[in-house]
Amino acid sequence: MITFDQVSVGDALPSMTYDVTSTTVVLGALASRDWRPMHHDYHFAVERQGVQDIFLNSPNQGAWLERFVTDWTGPKGRLGRLRFKMRKPIFPGDTMVIEGVARDVSVDDTGCGWVELDLTIRVGDVTCTESEAKVAIPTSSDDNPWRRRGDDWRP
Amino acid sequence: MTDALPVDVEALIGKLQYEEEGEFPVERGYFWTSAASVENANPIFWDDAVAEEITQGPVAPLSLLSAWFRPHHWAPGRTVEKLPLQIHFDLKARFELPEAIMTENVTTFHEPIRPGDRITSAQRLVSVSEEQTRRLGTGRFWVIDVEYRNQRDELCGVERWTGFGYRRADMPKDPQ
Repeated sequence: MITFDQVSVGDALPSMTYDVTSTTVVLGALASRDWRPMHHDYHFAVERQGVQDIFLNSPNQGAWLERFVTDWTGPKGRLGRLRFKMRKPIFPGDTMVIEGVARDVSVDDTGCGWVELDLTIRVGDVTCTESEAKVAIPTSSDDNPWRRRGDDWRP
Repeated sequence: MTDALPVDVEALIGKLQYEEEGEFPVERGYFWTSAASVENANPIFWDDAVAEEITQGPVAPLSLLSAWFRPHHWAPGRTVEKLPLQIHFDLKARFELPEAIMTENVTTFHEPIRPGDRITSAQRLVSVSEEQTRRLGTGRFWVIDVEYRNQRDELCGVERWTGFGYRRADMPKDPQ
């Protein structure tokens, strides 16, 4: 489990590589209750939407990014904000690589330690998704961002 | 830009719409299905002792936020498909744009969501762009906020979605 004193601006997170299949896409869509056909119906995706195949849905990309961040922080890491911009769909057959770098570290007025991360999901040399995450991590071994509520939580 | 918008669309900007409670209480099975879908081994989702120690009991994966306002694909007596993010589909229909994709999402997470919670969502149209042509086709971008609260009226999160509704260049206006 990582603590605030162990993080510096410019630190790279361990990258993650995953081979996307049709099952990945469909499982992610159904797990997020997204029934839209472009995430499970090949013919709809190709013939109506004009893309090459079904593709990862937005909430599931969020789930991959959440996992990537908390794999690094450990379970006390608590996401405050997540932004992602999808520039190119991610399809079955793609090998996606998720990477991240710490852009900023700070402690807010309540004493909460924050790390701001720049994240990307790429396939080969193409960046498919750009993302920014703001995650609270413990400032000491006794601290736990999940205990913060109300005005003490300022994401 | 909104200066070229139809009056009826302009009138919707900033207005809270579609405030409604989710169709089912938050259930823990979805926590596991979501975590499994991305092979997320975070013990706060899988180990009750860890969840108790760190999050004072089970909490939903934060990225699952939008799942709690997505309607069932079918329900008894329902004759018209009920859609999530209804404003998005309203705009597709209003501008006669048969296709749409989501291009950006920004979510701010507040009070964690727990099993048994009843989540209420409300949508707000933030902006609609002028018509423009992109690789996929010609259409408009729009930005929609969705706010989520639990049964104690505590704010659980706010999602800001950017969508692009479009008509493919090789496809005429949808007669529907």
